[in-house]
Amino acid sequence: MAAVSAATRLHRRTLGIRRAFAPIAEARGFARGMLWTGAGLTLFFVVLAIFAPLISPYGFDQYEVGTHRFAQLAHPSHAHLFGTTVQSTDVLSRIVWGAQTELEVVALALAFGLVIGVPLGLFSGYFGGPLDRGSVLFMDAMFAFPPLLLAIVIAFLLGSSVNSGVLVAAIAITITYVPQYFRVVRNHVISVREEPYVEAARALGARPVTILRRYVFFNVVQNVPVIATLNAADAVLTLTALGFLGYGVQPTQGAEWGYDVSRAVSDAASGIWWTGTFPGLAIVLLVTGLTLLGEGLNETINPVLRRRVFTKVDFGAPSLEPSSEILEP
Amino acid sequence: MGAQGPSLKRYALTRIALVFPMVFILLTLVFLLMRVAPGNPVSAALGGHVPPAVINQISRRLGYDKPVYVQYGDYLWDVARGNFGTTISDRRSVGSIILVNGAATLELTFFAMLVALVVGLLVGLVCGRFRDSPIDAGGRLFGIVVYATPVFFLGLLAQLVFGVWLNWLPTSDQASPITLALMKTHTNILFIDAIIDGNWGALWDVVQHLILPATTLGIVYGGVFIRLIRVNVIRTLKEDYIEAARARGINERSVVYRHAFKNALVPVITVVGLQLALLLGGAILTETEFNWPGIGHELYVYLQNRDYAAVQGIVVVFGLVVVLASIVIDFAAAFIDPRVRY
Repeated sequence: MAAVSAATRLHRRTLGIRRAFAPIAEARGFARGMLWTGAGLTLFFVVLAIFAPLISPYGFDQYEVGTHRFAQLAHPSHAHLFGTTVQSTDVLSRIVWGAQTELEVVALALAFGLVIGVPLGLFSGYFGGPLDRGSVLFMDAMFAFPPLLLAIVIAFLLGSSVNSGVLVAAIAITITYVPQYFRVVRNHVISVREEPYVEAARALGARPVTILRRYVFFNVVQNVPVIATLNAADAVLTLTALGFLGYGVQPTQGAEWGYDVSRAVSDAASGIWWTGTFPGLAIVLLVTGLTLLGEGLNETINPVLRRRVFTKVDFGAPSLEPSSEILEP
Repeated sequence: MGAQGPSLKRYALTRIALVFPMVFILLTLVFLLMRVAPGNPVSAALGGHVPPAVINQISRRLGYDKPVYVQYGDYLWDVARGNFGTTISDRRSVGSIILVNGAATLELTFFAMLVALVVGLLVGLVCGRFRDSPIDAGGRLFGIVVYATPVFFLGLLAQLVFGVWLNWLPTSDQASPITLALMKTHTNILFIDAIIDGNWGALWDVVQHLILPATTLGIVYGGVFIRLIRVNVIRTLKEDYIEAARARGINERSVVYRHAFKNALVPVITVVGLQLALLLGGAILTETEFNWPGIGHELYVYLQNRDYAAVQGIVVVFGLVVVLASIVIDFAAAFIDPRVRY
């Protein structure tokens, strides 16, 4: 009996997973292209970040091997594929190690943002009342700041008291994105709250926490992967902007692409292109990858935008065409 | 229209009434943030080599020795009278920073917005019109890549290509030193000042300096518009009245250009307001990179000097501008689009 129920449960669970991923397998056209290109690009940088010690030719702040000091601002060559910077560090190595910094900060910021923003939105939207109105007003006030400005101020203030640049940057970015998660989740909860199935649960006497956890949460949380991925793309931009202005991750703590581009501005005046172009391209590729992944997910998961392949249904009438013809809607 | 009048009025009143608590929260937030920062703001701004007696004296003059709640009350009272404070490091009033450097920021963001709208409209309309064609895919990809490009990286490339390699355009400052020395100040907006004086040489110099930063900032924000306008065109082309227009036998060209596009553009106005916050954020980076003497550049300098009073003042003004502009734009949208009812 127990074995049967375990098997059924397993079956049910795989069915659930398969159903959850079905839209991704069914995605076609531009959405499919976006999804897979985005996933590929993102995966590429994840691999770079994880295996940085193996992939990177040198350390992120290494300027010599043994007693041989690297040349300053050397052209891209066999020894340094992307050239060297004014501090004699290897541009390629800084890009590889930079992937680690960027993804670390973004992962932390996303985790913080979700942990704070989603529950706040859930409770605020479900219970309503003065608490809801107050938090909406507060979040709207936060929204009035240009996100970058808020991040700069937070990083500026934390910079002198928190020692880890990664943590400073992650907190600064988190604070700018909490209002977004809050808004999306809250607004969605408000519409879900009035659905018949929530009312039914309420009529059955379920406690509010149970309703939130079992009925509201899973319906609302579907949107979160899309927002989270798109926010991750935005977060990389914010982080590199912080780095460009000299806040967030400090040069002694790790390689950061935005910081590298800021150092390259003075190189550009004398026509040295490799110190800025390569880290800049790395930013563009990572952000494009995350955006494509998010947009692709949006178009495949979101039923309003989803364009699926429909199989023509044949009602038995003799037909000259093959019955499995694929129609684009 | 009859039903719209009173409800629009009520909407306007609630919208305006909500501004006050919002501004209050904004002011409090910034005040608290600046006060929780460790250390005395005066010694932070003046550096470590100033004798304590001097620091105490300046602190007393600026009111930093009073209890926090008194400082808070004084601060709110000052802001209510339009006094946003004085910088510690060079004793400029924040108001004058806004007037002088704000003019430069206004010039940059205005032309950047223009570039963004032109790029966004052209690409967005074409993509929406030819949905799912290779043109559409290309346009969308362009929008995504452009949005994924940091302003400061595009700026670097622009400086490299047009400033250094081709040597066509200047890569920093708002005008040449000679132009600046010879120009008379009317509005602080150099572009307008040059026109008022009829000084065409100066105007040409100003425009040359404006091209790279404004285009850089504009192209990046054009990415947002591409996406938005494309979706709106697609949605509008599905509307019943478009179908009706087609059914009446109006040719497709006229349906698309006269009936669809115009209506697709209305929601864009609302988003222009939302993008203002983003645009101002981008202006901080663009101004820093191109050494453009706007508010963002000043903010960067004061941050480097750890001048808390200046940072507080500038941040508050940025916030106020976004809040007020979003209201104005909401009203404009409600006024223009008869479908928007509140």
